[in-house]
Amino acid sequence: MTTSASSRSDVLPPPSERYTLLGWFRKNLFGSWLDALLTLIALAFAVAILVPTVRWATTSARWEVIPNNVELFMFGSYPRDQVWRLWLCLWLLALVTGMLWGVYVRRRSFMSLFLIALPVLGMLFTFASGVWVHYAAMIVAGLAGWALARWRPRLMSSVALVGTLLFFPLVILIIRGFSEESFLPGVATNLWGGLMLSLLISVVGIVFSFPFGVLLALGRQSNLPAVRTLSILYIEIIRGVPLITLLFMGQVMLNFFLPSGIVVDRVIRAMVAVVMFAAAYLAENVRGGLQAIPKGQYEAADAVGLSGFHKMTFIILPQALRAVIPVLVGQFIGLFKDTTLVALVGLLDLLGIARGVLANPAWIGTQLEVYLFLAFIYWIFSYAMSYASRRLEVALGVGER
Amino acid sequence: MTTTSSEQHAVPFWRDERYLQVLAQILVVAIIAGTLYYLANNLVTALAAQNIPIGFDFLRLTAGFDIGESSIAYSRASTNAQALLVGVLNTLRVSFLGIIFSTILGAIVGVARLSNNWLVNKLAGIYVEILRNIPLLVFLIFLYSAAFVKLPRITEALELPGPIYLTNRGFFVPWAEPGDGWSTYRWVLWVGLLVAIVVAWVLRRQGQRTGRMPLILLWAPLAFVVVALLGWFIVPGQPLVSSIPVLEGRNFTGGNGLTPEFMAVLLGLVVYTSAFIAEVVRAGIQAVSKGQREAATALGLSGFQTLRLVILPQAQRVIIPPLTSQYLNLTKNSSLAVAAGYPDVYAIGRTIQNQSGRSIEIIALMMIVYLAFSLGTSLFMNWYNKRIRLVER
Amino acid sequence: MSEPIIVCQDVHKWYGHFHALRGVSMEVQKGEVIVIFGPSGSGKSTFIRTINRLEEHQQGTIVVDGIELSHDVRNIAAIRREVGMVFQQFNLFPHLTVMQNITLGPIQVRKWDKKKAEQIAMELLTRVGIPEQAQKYPGQLSGGQQQRVAIARALAMQPKIMLFDEPTSALDPEMIKEVLDVMTELAKSGMTILAVTHEMGFARAVADRMVFFDAGNIIESGPPQQIFSNPQEERTKLFLSQILSH
Repeated sequence: MTTSASSRSDVLPPPSERYTLLGWFRKNLFGSWLDALLTLIALAFAVAILVPTVRWATTSARWEVIPNNVELFMFGSYPRDQVWRLWLCLWLLALVTGMLWGVYVRRRSFMSLFLIALPVLGMLFTFASGVWVHYAAMIVAGLAGWALARWRPRLMSSVALVGTLLFFPLVILIIRGFSEESFLPGVATNLWGGLMLSLLISVVGIVFSFPFGVLLALGRQSNLPAVRTLSILYIEIIRGVPLITLLFMGQVMLNFFLPSGIVVDRVIRAMVAVVMFAAAYLAENVRGGLQAIPKGQYEAADAVGLSGFHKMTFIILPQALRAVIPVLVGQFIGLFKDTTLVALVGLLDLLGIARGVLANPAWIGTQLEVYLFLAFIYWIFSYAMSYASRRLEVALGVGER
Repeated sequence: MTTTSSEQHAVPFWRDERYLQVLAQILVVAIIAGTLYYLANNLVTALAAQNIPIGFDFLRLTAGFDIGESSIAYSRASTNAQALLVGVLNTLRVSFLGIIFSTILGAIVGVARLSNNWLVNKLAGIYVEILRNIPLLVFLIFLYSAAFVKLPRITEALELPGPIYLTNRGFFVPWAEPGDGWSTYRWVLWVGLLVAIVVAWVLRRQGQRTGRMPLILLWAPLAFVVVALLGWFIVPGQPLVSSIPVLEGRNFTGGNGLTPEFMAVLLGLVVYTSAFIAEVVRAGIQAVSKGQREAATALGLSGFQTLRLVILPQAQRVIIPPLTSQYLNLTKNSSLAVAAGYPDVYAIGRTIQNQSGRSIEIIALMMIVYLAFSLGTSLFMNWYNKRIRLVER
Repeated sequence: MSEPIIVCQDVHKWYGHFHALRGVSMEVQKGEVIVIFGPSGSGKSTFIRTINRLEEHQQGTIVVDGIELSHDVRNIAAIRREVGMVFQQFNLFPHLTVMQNITLGPIQVRKWDKKKAEQIAMELLTRVGIPEQAQKYPGQLSGGQQQRVAIARALAMQPKIMLFDEPTSALDPEMIKEVLDVMTELAKSGMTILAVTHEMGFARAVADRMVFFDAGNIIESGPPQQIFSNPQEERTKLFLSQILSH
């Protein structure tokens, strides 16, 4: 006993750091006189901004402009009796997300994060009636998807993949609807608006630009000079001009380019411009992934005897695309922010609606409130997406290889 | 054995990889040319049906609209071409100033994000995370319509020391105007520039001889300042006269007026881009491995020497390419100035398009202008990048 | 003597102005095991890579199994089906499991059904000694195991010829033997083998012929005992003394 005790005492514990509050302050804030000065300046700066802001926000701000117009902000003039269709899309989203989570991430902690995030988002929008029911349904759908994926991972991995691919066309069909008499009466695109329109345009932008972007990236890497030159020309021209000029071009010129008699509406015109724009940037991102693939992979595929098409689809693209997933999420976030530009060509996206609300005599002078709310919405979405993609990156990196 | 060359075995061309490659290219070009022809054909048909001519003669017509601010002589009697030129110059002005200020601000925030000071570090982090996740357009409109336009009216101007007056009609700041001694003093400034160049060259030679690079960026500008100050006292007459804004009736005279549109766009672009540049700077400095720092410390270099001789030259190389793309973004983003009513090339182009209905020509001109800006910025940054690489080797 | 399975005549290859292969001629008989060695940059890797058209030769003829290697895409595909290759850096597909790596070629190129391909893959994995690793990803295996998977992947196409491009150069010393054992077993089974390697023990044990490359051409070739005990050329002697001295 004594021996064991003495041998234990031989192993010295590390010197305990005096981690008192005062010590922490001294170490992190007042290390030197320069440090102290910096701290004081920063503090003064923070106080100078925070105090008036908080005072304004709690006393004179007219926040009621938000709850009074929340439906406009969320989905514009979409017929109120058809709004359940939007919720249906969100249930499906929760289901697919739950499945993907269960298949690829497998960890419970992520699921709990997802479950916490939803009610928090929900609390923000409690002003609309009956919202809680939908949130409950979304949580159930998410959990169900996750449980399904955990129950039959093999089968569900393909189901989840097909579901993801089908999800976006399905959403557009649900929102767009069919003929007047059908179960889903058609809703004209000029009634689409608000956050829904912003999200739709960015989703359409990234989904439809994907095949073009991949083709352009392959074209730019091709050893056929004509194909390479054309790809470079397209990519560099689009990347050299601002999105707003493309949107402008789409609005005033697209119908000229179509055969007479075919007229597409403003929303579609904006979507075409966004797809053209996104394809060039996506191509550059995918090219980065292609360049990261060692030459040996091409040679091995050749040596096995794969054809050019099989080499691309089985060996090169799967690796390149997996490598660029985080970058593509980043591009999606950028695109989501860029969709605000459609307001400049007269569409009623979140920003367009906000300008409309501010033009209403009842809400004149509430620019601060409305634009802060907008900034907050965009911030929440962008930050949540970039956070999730960072976590996903870690999870995917650990999973395989 | 008879020598057989591959040419003697006739390979049918549809199996010969050389022909297949040419064939594939012809096919792609044909498909694209066909599509373009189809689109162009539709365009020509549609234009003919609506009786819209194509041509650039409208540029010589009178513009007939006012422009809020212009750096060249312009009135509503000027031509469309002159109006567009005003727009191009306005875009250039806001982009150029934006690039300079956002680089300075971005570098400061980027370094602050690496600070050991907890508060500074966190504040810089919050700054970056907030700005990077909101759309520039929302930020710009917010600045313009919720901040600048809400400033006091001109008669109740907010006065800052200087005096600087902040009003909803713009900022009025003191300005220096050429005095009677200016024509002589101009030459002094040229001489100062020459002296600075000579100092830089001498120091550089000396640095190459001794191997210890002196602080050229400190001494050369200092030489210029010394000459300029000397000249100020020697040259007879007042070289520069300060002009102070004074409220006269319902307007300010003297000083320099900056419109709220210009200020909102410039501030928006600078603040927004600085958040991205801060990340570029931080990543660049962090990309220099810890081993490099340790090696420099082991050699006995001081903290400042380590930064100047080891960290920055390496960080620079990592920073330049993403910095270039931020500059390009800023230039392209300046087209959002239209949302704050600043008359840049896009805003003026749209006005002309509205009045003349010449969409195709206007869009082509706008795209050419932006492509030229992008190309110019890329070329300059590529040249700079090559130069610093050569210096390093 | 049986008919030659590879006939190369006066093969030339340039990289820009660099003349990498300077008129290489060589015949390989069915079932022959050939070890190619020589200093780095001598063109030995380039040479075996021309045989399955990873590099294009610009002059001369290469005939593999009666098929001439030309610009004819059908011939190129046919030759690649008959020639298996093992690389220095393994070049396994990191996003596919070991099993998928091996069965990809047979399923997509040979058009076998999945079941048959997987059965053969398991047999091959057993042959190279790692049947238990079938469901793992390449990144989870050691270098030696990865190279054995690469050999199994090449064999799965049931090639008539196997090319080895420095298969042990990227391996840690303790893993070299496990790969050489597989190669030795393969050589004894009657497979036609062209191996670029400096493993002289392997050459002595199984090679029918050794070929010394220098400056883009064959300097000397002959059975191992002759090369080792009585090299004819001064350059061969010098090179062998350099690599055998340590």
